[in-house]
Amino acid sequence: MEKKIRVLIAKPGLDGHDRGAKVVARALRDAGMEVIYTGLHQTAQMIVETAVQEDVDVIGLSLLSGAHMTLFNDVTKLLKEKGMSDVLVLGGGIIPKEDAPTLKKIGVCGIFGPGTPCEDIVEFIKKNVKK
Amino acid sequence: MSDLTSRVLKGDPRSVAKLITAAENNSRGLADEMRVIHKNSGKAYIIGVTGVMGSGKSTLIYELAKAYRKQGKKVGIIAIDPTSPFTGGALLGDRIRMTELATDSGVFIRSMGTRGMLGGLASAVYDAVEILDASGKDIVIVETVGVGQAEVDVIKIADTTLVVLVPGLGDSIQTIKAGIMEIPGIFVVNKADRPGIEQVVAELESLVDISCIGKDRKIPIVKTIAKENKGITELVNEIEKHKEYLKKTKLFEPQRKKRYEAELVEIIRKRLMNFIFDESMFKEKVEKLIDRISKKELDPYSAAEEILSKILK
Repeated sequence: MEKKIRVLIAKPGLDGHDRGAKVVARALRDAGMEVIYTGLHQTAQMIVETAVQEDVDVIGLSLLSGAHMTLFNDVTKLLKEKGMSDVLVLGGGIIPKEDAPTLKKIGVCGIFGPGTPCEDIVEFIKKNVKK
Repeated sequence: MSDLTSRVLKGDPRSVAKLITAAENNSRGLADEMRVIHKNSGKAYIIGVTGVMGSGKSTLIYELAKAYRKQGKKVGIIAIDPTSPFTGGALLGDRIRMTELATDSGVFIRSMGTRGMLGGLASAVYDAVEILDASGKDIVIVETVGVGQAEVDVIKIADTTLVVLVPGLGDSIQTIKAGIMEIPGIFVVNKADRPGIEQVVAELESLVDISCIGKDRKIPIVKTIAKENKGITELVNEIEKHKEYLKKTKLFEPQRKKRYEAELVEIIRKRLMNFIFDESMFKEKVEKLIDRISKKELDPYSAAEEILSKILK
């Protein structure tokens, strides 16, 4: 049986805007992936524990509040501690271009801002997911 | 014993998750792992939770899990949502109602897509239950997809099945229809603060009165407002009473045997289906047969006979 790509879509921190996260979750579902959606206000610890239990291949973090440099870093740090560095971490939301290089350095491999066609995200995952 | 299995038996969450994935993908080597898991399982009590979509199953499970945690019990949860028959994708959203449990090391939650199963469960659910059981969970809760009237497979896996209803789903004729209304160990009427609650409870009471004539146990009806943690203590008590009843009447073991029967059938079904539809040499043959059926050169019964005769010879 073919292995399905499992993706966790999570919103860390306090921002309550989840429309983008839901649109992406649906697009990935339509691309044949299993998408676990955990809703708003997740701590880094919640996200990483969920990723462990759900054995996901990809984590998509959505943040529109501007706290991405701190919160994304918390998630990737915890993932490393748990030995989950093989999980592909993506970021979406309002993320200034100048932050992208730093985010990539800490392990957020793909950044997708407003206006990104969903197909781009699907393609990126299919190309970069570790199997 | 493999490293993976021995870590599962010690309760390591990462290994439990990996083995469940292997079960979902029907990976090579799974049978060897499951042989050991089976020997080490059988201690957990299995609770099935079913009901229509939006009836509050996930929220109810969240509250139940919290109650069991207070008793010091470890809890495993398998939450099933539908897989798209068109794309094979799934949106698994039951965890949204349980986020507080994510960081409790005494709780393990796994979301599953149905991946082609129709009875409200996922194909790998039998394996997942055994894995969680063997990993040391005292209680394993299985949440079905949001069901209609006929998805009753959950009784094959659960020791106690909760059928969750809410006010406003229809008139008394709905409660006497066959299917889901026949399966519960316990009826739960959730969202009990909503209008129409008296009517649902009255209809259920009359259903229970009639269906339990001549039986030594009357199916309890528990009113809950899961969101406000109301009725949960009563529900936990009723589950405990049902467990005692099953043990006292010696119904527990036969019921478990039915679970293993269902599991056996599922394993054979999966193997056969893979053999017929996925193995390359057979696949072509099947496609040709389907071609001939559509051209009216052959009928479906004769085609089935041809395939089966090849396997059964």
